[in-house]
This record gives sequence, C-alpha cells and structure tokens, in this order.
Amino acid sequence: MQYLPNIIFALALAFGLGFFVMNIRKLIRNINLGKDVNRKDKKPERLKNMIKIALGQSKMVKRPLSGFLHIIVYVGFIIINIEVLEIIIDGLFGSHRIFQEVLGDGFYAFLIGFFEILAALVFVAVVIFWLRRNVSNIKRFLSKEMKGWPKKDGNNILYFEMVLMTLFLVMNATDVHFQQAGIGNPISQFITPLFDGFSAEGLHTIERTCWWIHILGILVFLNYLYYSKHLHILLAFPNTYFANLNAKGQFTNLDSVTTEVKLMMDPDADPYAAPPEGEEEAIPEKFGASDVADLSWVQLMNAYTCTECGRCTSVCPANLTGKELSPRKIMMDTRDRLEEVGRNIDANKGVFVDDGKQLLNDYISPEELWACTSCNACVEECPVNIDPLSIIMDMRRYLVMEESAAPQELNMMMTNIENNGAPWQYNQQDRLNWANEE
Amino acid sequence: MMVPTMADMMAQGKQPEVLFWVGAAGSYDDRAKKISRAFVKILHQAKVDFAVLGTEESSTGDAAKRAGNEFLFQMQAMMNIEVLNGYEVKKIVTCDPHSFNTLKNEYPGLGGKYEVFHHTQFIQNLIKEGRLKIDDTTLKGKRVTFHDPCYLGRANDVYESPRELIKRLGVNLTEMKRNKSTALCCGAGGAQMFKDAEKGDKEINVLRTEDALETKPNIIATGCPYCNTMMTDGIKFKEKEAEVVVKDIAELIAEANKL
Repeated sequence: MQYLPNIIFALALAFGLGFFVMNIRKLIRNINLGKDVNRKDKKPERLKNMIKIALGQSKMVKRPLSGFLHIIVYVGFIIINIEVLEIIIDGLFGSHRIFQEVLGDGFYAFLIGFFEILAALVFVAVVIFWLRRNVSNIKRFLSKEMKGWPKKDGNNILYFEMVLMTLFLVMNATDVHFQQAGIGNPISQFITPLFDGFSAEGLHTIERTCWWIHILGILVFLNYLYYSKHLHILLAFPNTYFANLNAKGQFTNLDSVTTEVKLMMDPDADPYAAPPEGEEEAIPEKFGASDVADLSWVQLMNAYTCTECGRCTSVCPANLTGKELSPRKIMMDTRDRLEEVGRNIDANKGVFVDDGKQLLNDYISPEELWACTSCNACVEECPVNIDPLSIIMDMRRYLVMEESAAPQELNMMMTNIENNGAPWQYNQQDRLNWANEE
Repeated sequence: MMVPTMADMMAQGKQPEVLFWVGAAGSYDDRAKKISRAFVKILHQAKVDFAVLGTEESSTGDAAKRAGNEFLFQMQAMMNIEVLNGYEVKKIVTCDPHSFNTLKNEYPGLGGKYEVFHHTQFIQNLIKEGRLKIDDTTLKGKRVTFHDPCYLGRANDVYESPRELIKRLGVNLTEMKRNKSTALCCGAGGAQMFKDAEKGDKEINVLRTEDALETKPNIIATGCPYCNTMMTDGIKFKEKEAEVVVKDIAELIAEANKL
C-alpha cells in the first residue's frame, strides 16, 4: 500500500501525456491535410527568425505593456517547468524535494526563491491580463468574433495560471521543514502566517493536497491546450520557423495557371489535342481555395497557432473603418473549419465524408474577402508571423477563377486590362500622350 | 517633352541606361501624369539616358492578381516579359510601388529578371553619384509629412529612400503616429482603387487623411499615384484644399529645382 501514491501518480502522468500525444497526432494529421509547400530552404535564416521572434519575443514587445507582461508569464512558464521536473521525480519515486539533496541547500534555495518570485510576478501579470480582457475597454478584446467560447477560453487560461501559481506558493508555505529551513521562501514566508492555527498534520495535508492538485492541474492544462487558443505556446516555434521569407508584397505565382497560360500563348499548341494517355479522367487542378484542404499546411498551421490576440485586426484598415473583415476571424474560421473536417474524418473511419459545407460562405463571406486592401498590416503585426492575407488571396482566387464571382466593378477593371492593357477604358495607342501634355 | 521610346532607341542601335516603367496611372490618370512628367524632368536634369515602352507598355497585372485573377495577371506578365526581354532590358525604374513590387518580386518566377527601382531609390542613387542636387531653399520651412505606400514600405521594406529625399528639400519632416511599418493603408491597394468600399462606418482614405492632418502639414508627400489620389480625395473631403497639398516626392524635387 505504501507505493499506492507512486502508482496513482505514474498512471495520471501516463494518461495525461498519452492523451496529449494522441491529440497532437490528430493536430499534425489535420495540418497535413493542407497542400505541400516547400519551406525546407534557408535553414539558418529560419532558425534565426524562430530564435528572435518566438524565443526572443521581438514582435511581442512592439506593444510595450502587454509585451512586458507577456514576457513575465512566458519566462515564468518556461523556468517554473524545472520545478515541475522535480515534482515528477518526487511523484514517481516517493522522494521529497529531491533537487535539494542533488543541488545542495544554497543553490536549491536560490532556485526555489527565484521560482517563487516568478510565480508571484506571473500571478500579478495574469491578474492584469484578466483586467484588460474583462474590465478595460480594449477594442480588440470586444470584437464580434470574441463573444462566447473565445472569451471564455481566454479567461479559462488566466484562471488556470492563477490557480497553478497559488497552489505552488501555498504548497511551499505549508511545507513545515521548508519554512523552518527558512531558505528559498521569499514569497511563501508571508503566506505561512495564514495557516498559523493549523496542526502539523493539518499543514501536511494541505501541502500534499496542493502538491497533487498542482501537478494534476498541469496535466489537465497540458491537455486543455489542444482545445484552446493556447496552442501558441508550442506552435509559435514551428510557425515562425516555417514562415514566409520572401518580400511581403510577393504573392505566389500559381504553377497550375502558368502551365495553362504558356499553352495558351504557344502558337504551336494544338487546341484540339487529346489529353495525354492515362490523364483523360484526371480532374483539373482547382484554382484558389474554397475549403481548408485547398490551403497549404503552413496556412493551416497558422490557424492552429493563432492565439486570438487581435493585434492584426486592430491594425486592419478595413476593420478600423467598420467593415466586416477581421484578419483574426479569418484565422479562427480556418481553424474551426479544420477542426470540423478533422472530427468528420474521425467519425468516418479516417475518410472525409462531404458535409455540404466549406470554409467559403459557411465561415468566411465574400464581403469579408473583398474588403481587404492587401496592405500587409496584419502580417507585419502578428507576433508569431501568421499570414492571414495569403488565405484571403487564395479565396479571392477561387471566387474569381472558379466562380467568376468578383464584384462587378472589378470585372470591368479586368475586362479593361484584357482589352486595353490598363484598368481603365483608355486606348492603348494613347499611352504616351502624357509626355506631350502640359 | 523629350520622352524616347525603346523602339526609337533600338532603331538607332542604342541601349538606354534605364527603362522608365510609367504604369497605367502614370500614363492615363490626369493627376498621376503630372508625376510622370516631373520625374522625366528630373531624369533630364540628371542627364539620365532613359526610355519608355510607350504604346508597347501594358498593365503589369498587379490589380488583376490582387483581385484574384491569376490568369489575367500571368497573361499580362508573360506579354510584358516578352517585350522587356526582347529589348534586353536590365534596369527598370517606376513611380508606382505596385508596378515596382510586381516587376521586382513576381516577374522573376515567370522569366522576367530585372533590377527594379522605385523612383525615390533611383533619385537617391543619382544624388549619391553626384549627378543630381536638390535645391534646399525653395521649399525651406514647409511642414511635410510622408505617407508610406504599403507596396513600397511593408511589402518591400523601403522606408528610408523617400524620407532622405524629403530631408534634402530643407523642409521639416513630421511623422504621423502610424508610420513606416505601422503605416495605415490609403485604401487603394488590393484592387480597391477600382471598386466601391464594402459597407462600413468610414472611408479608409479619410481615416488616413486624419492621421496626416494631425501633423498640421503644409504638404502631404506621397510616393505612389494611387495613394496620391486617395489622399487628395481625403483632403477634399475634409475641405482642407486651401491649406494642404498632396504631392509626389518627384513633384516636390522638380518644384524645388524649379524644373
């Protein structure tokens, strides 16, 4: 019976990690529903971007207040994981504060003291985040797409962090030996007096309870990630690594179109030629994107990485002037549809069964897509290099090339380009007239 | 005004130093034509050996591409590349950031590889090479704010060339609160120039004009014919035509040098 806690701990750990791995595999499968795009080049530059932007948070701090608070929570999150490692070892082997023996009193005191200060700072930062989301009138947290689950999700994460930090500090405060040693307890020593009336046994029970809820809470939080916008803590790294490295103004040239255009412009091409043998039944490639599987895996990873901070939307000229378009909503819709497709695949033994829905119209309306000025403000602003503009462009391509569904004025502009080589109805022969007018 | 064409040049067996890509706006839009002429005056003053395609120039396809019509874009691109490569063009300069972006970034993948400059970069080089000087007395003391074109700024990270030229005019350059990489779009990009805006509570060009007016400028400087139109309309909407003018940097330099 004396090994019962160790066994329960090992089971909880195995279950928590196992469930997490299962969901991550699902996540990777869903991302791989996207089309291939080569992002294996320029490895040093990619690595540099990841270190600067994801690890170094260089784009977060462009907004100093939220950037600074975010760094506290981020550093706290990473560093306090050393403590979690100790908890896991203790849990598995029934030891107590194993690192104290291994590292020696002095260094251990320094570490735990540092963790305590971080935990307190994280707690304060998270409370400020909560106030920003729920009390201050910060426009980007009040948008339409942030009603319901997205708002709850944001708050849930903050509650999780508040509770975990509190448990860590109370656990230390009620550890009698730890407090008696009086080292490494710069914060928890002020919590200890709250438990003055308790017996040694009572304190031990509280300490153990906090210890258990803390580690179980971490396992629950780990598994909450998949269902939440909080996945960015993992995906920010691959997302910045695989992000586009070309000039932001450079849009892709569709290869499938190049083939067709070359054929059209080739004077020797036979318009009545039969398709090559074996390709008679081939379905021509779809131009642009109307659903998630038409997007690239990078765009789908972008969608899972988005943490709905709304910095993109807060700088979008269309959104700032009251239009329907919100780049954040484009990313959220893409992820929600991808999740729906993923659930469909799970429910149908690994095959997607047409559900009569798609990303276009069922999630994203043409009105949103046509409001974009392609100014790249959203792309520039994203702290983890998400590219909402590329999705908007791919969907416009579908609307125009597959559905001929451009706004009438744009159809006229395109007809003019076709006929006169200019977006307006002027004669090509008048193109140099400007030189002689004055 | 002397504006030689590539066809003339070829007939004389000459190859100019640079091709001036005028763009649709610079060729047909009454306001933008003035920018083309101002830039040509600068080229003449610096004795740059240039030529245009004239009637052989056609839309780069930028607007078609951003509207989603990749077919039309690639048709235009292939036709233009055929013409450009036929004349063995190596170096291109343009006053239109949209043409600049498309020629520089999107043509190479289709076989059109050129060294492409925005006119502010090109003029900056002329100054560096000692071929052009800007008179800093004509406009001295004017308050100027610069509106970054998205396709020059964020799209291609060119923020300094236009600003360095403005500083050489001897004017006071005052920045808007949203500038350089955080600049607000004028509302014309992504083919918006050619359609009405979607339903909203404001026009984008009005919002951007308000940004500019906060700096209390005498002049709003631009580096894009479409931005120029949008900001000019914004100034009219705000009824500030008497106090504020919208000018391309090329026009300001031509004015400063009394060309």
